[in-house]
Amino acid sequence: MALPDYAGMPEKTVYYGVRVLSGLVLLFLIAPILVIVPLSFNAEAFFTYPMPGLSLRWYLDFFGSAEWQRALYNSLFFGIATTLLSMFLGTLAALGLARPEFPWRGPVMALIISPMIVPLIIAAVGMFLFYADWGLVNTRLGMVLAHTALATPFVVITVTATLTGFDARLLRAAASLGANPVTTFRRVTLPMILPGMVSGGIFAFVTSFDEVVVALFLAGSEQRTLPRQMWSGIREQLSPTILAAATLLVLFSIAMLVTVEMLRRRSERLRGISQ
Amino acid sequence: MTASTLSSATSAPLSEGTGLSLKKRLARSERRRKLQAALLVAPLLLFILFTFAAPIGKLLWRAVHSPEVAEGLPKTSQIIQAWDGKSVPEEAVFVALAQDLDTAYAEQRLAVPAKRLNYDSPGMLSLLMKAGRKVASFDSENLRQQFIDADPRWGEVETWRVIRNASSSYTDFFLLRALDLTRSASGEIVSVSDDEAIHLDILYRTFWISALVTAACLALSYPLAWLLANLPAKTANLLMICVLLPFWTSLLVRTTAWIVLLQNNGVVNQVMQLLGLFDAPVQLIFNRFGVVVAMTHVLLPFMILPLYSVMKSIPPVYARAAASLGANPWTVFWKVYVPQTLPGVGAGCLLVFIMAVGYYITPALVGGPRDQMLSYFVALHTNETLNWSMAAALAAVLFAATLVLYAIYSRLVGVNNMKLG
Repeated sequence: MALPDYAGMPEKTVYYGVRVLSGLVLLFLIAPILVIVPLSFNAEAFFTYPMPGLSLRWYLDFFGSAEWQRALYNSLFFGIATTLLSMFLGTLAALGLARPEFPWRGPVMALIISPMIVPLIIAAVGMFLFYADWGLVNTRLGMVLAHTALATPFVVITVTATLTGFDARLLRAAASLGANPVTTFRRVTLPMILPGMVSGGIFAFVTSFDEVVVALFLAGSEQRTLPRQMWSGIREQLSPTILAAATLLVLFSIAMLVTVEMLRRRSERLRGISQ
Repeated sequence: MTASTLSSATSAPLSEGTGLSLKKRLARSERRRKLQAALLVAPLLLFILFTFAAPIGKLLWRAVHSPEVAEGLPKTSQIIQAWDGKSVPEEAVFVALAQDLDTAYAEQRLAVPAKRLNYDSPGMLSLLMKAGRKVASFDSENLRQQFIDADPRWGEVETWRVIRNASSSYTDFFLLRALDLTRSASGEIVSVSDDEAIHLDILYRTFWISALVTAACLALSYPLAWLLANLPAKTANLLMICVLLPFWTSLLVRTTAWIVLLQNNGVVNQVMQLLGLFDAPVQLIFNRFGVVVAMTHVLLPFMILPLYSVMKSIPPVYARAAASLGANPWTVFWKVYVPQTLPGVGAGCLLVFIMAVGYYITPALVGGPRDQMLSYFVALHTNETLNWSMAAALAAVLFAATLVLYAIYSRLVGVNNMKLG
């Protein structure tokens, strides 16, 4: 989309104007995340440039502190438990919803998707008061249940997406060739939906890993997660250890982003949708 | 259609053996397939019902269901229904009250109904607790006068009106209060006095901040989405990473980043002073500006992605046709290109607005006291004031607003077209 030779002044203004503006917006998006990375290596407890020297003391602080380590462990625990549970529930539901004979698809879908739409604070306060009656507040089980409810819609959506355009005749072909239902699922359905399951699982993990509103209400000091720990840190005293934690989380999100992009391309290739 | 239904249908010859007509067997197999589909969805459906829908349902129920007085002062609640509401009640009402207070005070649960009455009219908590302490020493004769002697407020009609209004298990009090309304002595709905009217202000503020954030997102996203949609795929994909990385980065990380950037001695102030644009550090955070900037940053990808996907699908032929017919570039853009992007604009704006209305974390961390939105007050009433009915009523307002916006969104975009990443 190069500028043609006959372009006049107005065209040139627009051409460069859009590029400059877009560049600024991209800078706005990415700069805040990149600015904090070097600051986490600051030798002093300041948040300003230029930095007096480099050091790893905030990372040592992060890995040496029992509080941060427990938060990291809790976050990973809730993330993995949520991922497994929501992948199981979400995949089953997506398979059921994709069948043409499923009744009341509209209302059921609306209910299943609702955790993505309802403001988190409503869900968190509702769960806090309701779970208290069942003794689930300040427990690991309560946190896993809550996070799974919030995360499963993502699995349903990603698996449903891999099932759109799914040719049901493939199942009949498998059956007519003598495959039993289990084999059909394992050899035909599963390879088709696997990319959706995995990227849904990643979404589920990130939902749990990043979630803080529900954790504010349901997690006691024993169940504190990384974002919950960061929340307290920001509210009380902004220490550079938070930036070390933030930098590690940025690295983690880059890994997630790359994985999901690769899966998406693979899925599109498998289903014959070219970009 | 699954293999199991097929194999079972083909294993038996169509007309022999079973004695059932083909039609009946078809209907049966149809039913079974329906059941199978339902069974696949059932676990998740039940899970969401119990862990998510029921808690929210119960929370919203709390906004109208408030049995503290009816349960805490049962006899009074019942007998006061017959009161005419014009003069101080009969002795019988005072007798019932004395019994209720005595029992509740002895069992140490008088604070529950007293606190509920205090929401309606401040001062009721101390009035009831005081009466609860003294009631044991009252004579059983002429209780009415003893109550009034103990505190003259028992001789005021207003006190009894408050008790009667709260004596029903179901109330619109909290929902009305969430909209700065209340019921007058005659039961009409009227506005509360100005010094009590805070909720409408919060509601307007919530919508105003959300609207500002939505407008900022649209203004920033439009040119970028256009460029991404019109660049060669390789360059566009590379730039897209800059959009997707913030999308995948933890909300807390991004909020922390803005606090670090916008502090008085933060990077932005440093740069501005270096460039000579600011003479002294400017307050950029813990105010409205900080909230709008941080929320725009967080929600921007949700505007860029729908705009991009719509712009990507617009064929360039219409713009070319308009240009060849003599339209100047501005007319081509405004009359031909922009109308084709409206579905993306609508979807993006609604999505951002819906998410902004319910925001809690970012305003709580980077806003000042005057920038807190509805969510903050739901949390405040849950954690600090422990007025859960009020929290529920504010949650109900937020829920209703979200539902209306979402209904518009799903009509415009459709749930099934929701895409991720």
